[in-house]
Amino acid sequence: MHIRRSPEEIEANRARYDEHQKKGLEFAPKALPGKSGRPAPAVDADRVLHREVIPGGWYWSTRVRRNEVLRVSLDEGFSTVTVVAWNADEPSERLNLPDTVKVQWTTGLGKGRVILSDMGKVMFSFVEDSCGAHDCLMGGSTASSNTRKYAGANGAEIRNTRDNLVKMTTKLGLDKRDIPAALALFAPVRVDSDGSFQWKPDLVADDDYVELRAEMDMVVGFSNCPHPLDPNPVYAPNPVTVTRIRATEPAADDLCRTATAEAVRGFENNTLADA
Amino acid sequence: MTGFRQTSPSRRLDNASQDHFIAAEAPFSTVVLKGQTVRIEDSFGQQAIDTLFYNASDTSERYSSQDTMREQGAAYISTGTKIISNEGRVMLTMTADSCGRHDTSAGACSCESNTVRFGHETRYLHACRDNFVLEVSRHGMGKRDVVPNINFFMNVPIEPTGEMTIVDGISAPGDYVELKAEMDVLLVISNCPQINNPCNGFDPTPVRVLVWDAEE
Repeated sequence: MHIRRSPEEIEANRARYDEHQKKGLEFAPKALPGKSGRPAPAVDADRVLHREVIPGGWYWSTRVRRNEVLRVSLDEGFSTVTVVAWNADEPSERLNLPDTVKVQWTTGLGKGRVILSDMGKVMFSFVEDSCGAHDCLMGGSTASSNTRKYAGANGAEIRNTRDNLVKMTTKLGLDKRDIPAALALFAPVRVDSDGSFQWKPDLVADDDYVELRAEMDMVVGFSNCPHPLDPNPVYAPNPVTVTRIRATEPAADDLCRTATAEAVRGFENNTLADA
Repeated sequence: MTGFRQTSPSRRLDNASQDHFIAAEAPFSTVVLKGQTVRIEDSFGQQAIDTLFYNASDTSERYSSQDTMREQGAAYISTGTKIISNEGRVMLTMTADSCGRHDTSAGACSCESNTVRFGHETRYLHACRDNFVLEVSRHGMGKRDVVPNINFFMNVPIEPTGEMTIVDGISAPGDYVELKAEMDVLLVISNCPQINNPCNGFDPTPVRVLVWDAEE
């Protein structure tokens, strides 16, 4: 049989929750800026460590060091780019979208927001984002979702994100059990009041870009396939460019590191882990 | 705690093939065979029940929140939802739900995420992920196998703006969900111990799991 907590204990728990909320409100989160301007400004050649053009339908992975920036840009027209990431030193630590959206109280990622690992640490900061319409919920395409969308054309040229991620993780010495729930950049998915997903094409542009600053050494993977909700009946993902930009130390008042009490605490966990 | 509410004449307390009492804050696992129906009951109300499913004969196939949401084109779990694996196969079908809708976007609490959400002073409070890693370790799995889960009886509305909040649970004592297994599945539960937000009414309570054989 179960003995319930006393009213005093329940009240103490509630009071502690109220105290957390009060502290959160007293923190006065910084107002997040609007979208970054388009087109993306040129990056000085001496700051570029590598530039990769991922063909439509393909995948790519790269190591990235702390404070380097990955610019993902739609230089050749619209595409949706799916992202996964692991801690380079300990790949059991990986991208965790449920914690990312729960901790920040929103599925709406954009400039000023962060992406968390499953260990309460910050993996990426959204230092630039011209789009602000990304999908944390639905993930990428699969062979079966492509079969339904591109009827009669499911040959080898119709690639999907799920199979891309299996191939990528296997080559990295990981396997399909290591594939985290994936973030889809440039995927304007919104949730209606009844819970159904809607694609909002007005929220994306053909020359959108994001810049993700790495907050730890990581292995980062990309898949460039159309989102399952993308209404284009033709399978036509454009090449996307990923530019790896030399690290610079963020300023003390860096927006992503100071915008919310939650982000501050996440970065405190990063600092502790590096100590 | 209230009495048992029957959903079919063929599923009664006296003919259940499994009947488990899961203590407050505790982990649990059991195998549900293809064709069987499992009921997860929120015996005292307002209790989040963090739940994962694995293919019982190959645990590398497991519940996938993203595949489940994509296949139904909607964010919440309710009657009719097909529970989809990372191989795109139907693991279970939700056949009854006395509550309304259930979350699969917000994941499980952990000591680590609690420090970010609520403050570093909450690190040493029991959390769902500790339940999950302990329970899956009994089946040859580890932390990387603890994937984003279903939160039965947790209420997390997502606004058209993207905003989401964990609000007071809407489940009443005795509320239940029932799922029919479409393959042999390993069910793993963390009876959520979170006391830092309203998901358990600040008083985590026991839950009950019942399993019935397929109807003749």
